[in-house]
Amino acid sequence: MSARTLDFSVYAVLIAFALAAPFVFPNYTSQVAVMWLMVLMAVTWDMTGGQMGYNSLGNVIFFGLGMYASAVVQIGLVYDVAEYTSAFGAIVVDFNDTQYFTGLVLGIVAGGVVSTIFAIIVGPFMLGLRGPYFAIGTLGLAVAVAELVSGWEYVGGGGGISMPVYPGIAGEGSLVWYILLGLLALSAHLFCRWLYSTQFGLAINAIRDDEDKAEAMGIQTTRYKVVTWVASAFFMGMGGAVFGNMSGFIEPLEVAFPTTTFGIFMVAMALVGGKGTLWGPVLGAILFHVVKEWTWTYLLGWQWVALGAIIIINVVYFQQGILGWAQDKWPRLFGVSVDRGPSETSVEAAE
Amino acid sequence: MSANGTKIQIELKGVSKAYGGVIANKDISLQVPEGKITGLIGPNGSGKTTLFNSIVGYHPIDEGSIAFEGREISTLRVPEIARLGMLRTFQQTRIYKKMNCVENMVISISHRGGGGLAGVFKSAKDAATVERAEHLLEFVGLYSKRKLISGELSFGQQKLLEFAMALMNQPKVLLLDEPTAGINPTLINGLIDRLKRANEEFGVTLFVIEHNMRVIMNLAEKISCLAHGELLATGTPEDIQNDRRVIDAYLGAH
Repeated sequence: MSARTLDFSVYAVLIAFALAAPFVFPNYTSQVAVMWLMVLMAVTWDMTGGQMGYNSLGNVIFFGLGMYASAVVQIGLVYDVAEYTSAFGAIVVDFNDTQYFTGLVLGIVAGGVVSTIFAIIVGPFMLGLRGPYFAIGTLGLAVAVAELVSGWEYVGGGGGISMPVYPGIAGEGSLVWYILLGLLALSAHLFCRWLYSTQFGLAINAIRDDEDKAEAMGIQTTRYKVVTWVASAFFMGMGGAVFGNMSGFIEPLEVAFPTTTFGIFMVAMALVGGKGTLWGPVLGAILFHVVKEWTWTYLLGWQWVALGAIIIINVVYFQQGILGWAQDKWPRLFGVSVDRGPSETSVEAAE
Repeated sequence: MSANGTKIQIELKGVSKAYGGVIANKDISLQVPEGKITGLIGPNGSGKTTLFNSIVGYHPIDEGSIAFEGREISTLRVPEIARLGMLRTFQQTRIYKKMNCVENMVISISHRGGGGLAGVFKSAKDAATVERAEHLLEFVGLYSKRKLISGELSFGQQKLLEFAMALMNQPKVLLLDEPTAGINPTLINGLIDRLKRANEEFGVTLFVIEHNMRVIMNLAEKISCLAHGELLATGTPEDIQNDRRVIDAYLGAH
């Protein structure tokens, strides 16, 4: 089976599952929607973390900024944002359907755009840091952004913002968030699949393997690094915008900039599945989410211990992740081969 | 133009570089003629690699000037100089170890002309590029290993790959830092042959640091010798071999 057929078979299976899930497990629509969000997070994190070797601990910034940008746009279209937030939810604004859906679409777009702009501004500085310095730098940035937003009264400060309520019948809303998150995950993955098949993909792989060499070969490394992070920020921003609406209420520390939960999860998921592979982050996110939900249900009180154990085992004993391990074990499946080509004689001569 | 009619491609005038109190290069002036093979020798720690690093923009120099095709480059940075058509290989071989050989080659294409991002969204399997990559891999004798992850190649093969990557970039000048170090003697002859062919067939100017005297005497038309950071002598292989100061520097006489 060629890589192409394999890819599209997996897409077919996942899409079939995505279409069936709301009917087969109607009580779990939100959980599966969050799973698609996790896939989105792992896939976009892997763009820099896996493919480019820049392990960001701050990609939740884009998630949170997207969320806040959409909130401001959605509310601001109908009402004065400062008045709305200062009332701490006491004002319930009635959105008619047109207002709501216009706001939602514009809000999601704004989420992507604001995160993109932020990545363009901080990218050239942050991506000048290498290795652990980049990881710590982005973590620090995430914490700083969360604190700044907490102190910004216009967007409700630490008190947060209540999002406009979905106008349709009960249950319809969760289906809409489900579809949007699923579509975002799918489009991010298709985008990555295309990107990694281009010479751009090779360039960021080269940066991962040896950035000094890449520079010595004339590759404009900063440009590639910033573009990659920006693309990742764009998808993450839109994901944040949808998730904010899904939560119904957003506040800086737990929902918008959760550095210790989603911020770590997105790294852990990509590592478990196999960072730097096309399907590793997807596999990792699905497994991680299932295990997480399972431990939350059956190991309540120990769920963080269980997650911590998974991360430690992964990092200490199983660094290449599931698909990375499979790639080492069955290289031929992944297109690694030595073929006995016509020039065998010239090799002999050279050696 | 120099006296014998060849163009000067790289010209160093009074280049000095110190690391704190250690003077690595002191007042070095030399010329690399276009289309020729020029050698750079000297005992360990004599400042050869530092001089290479200065030329390719790895660090700023303290004094002097470095011109490439008449243009001052001592203030440019590594990728900018690489895009002018001057590449270097490393003493410790550097390749992209998790990518296969063809991918290593494809991403080594020239990034000259500044260009927008548009060109880079071409497929990584772009037929013309891959064909050229495979042709060059065949040239260095790695064709059958082309789909192997490059980190799994032997050290000598990695050196050959790095050399092929440099050629893929179609440079005007190639600075080679000890191309034969760590390569077994039988492979060395093949490598010398390929270096000469790269110079003749592709017209690449070579500037080579080398410890192996047999190799450098065989290869270069002109050789400069450094010792203690200073330029000791420049001349043909015969001149250098018979130069008293060079012999003393290598044997440690004073």
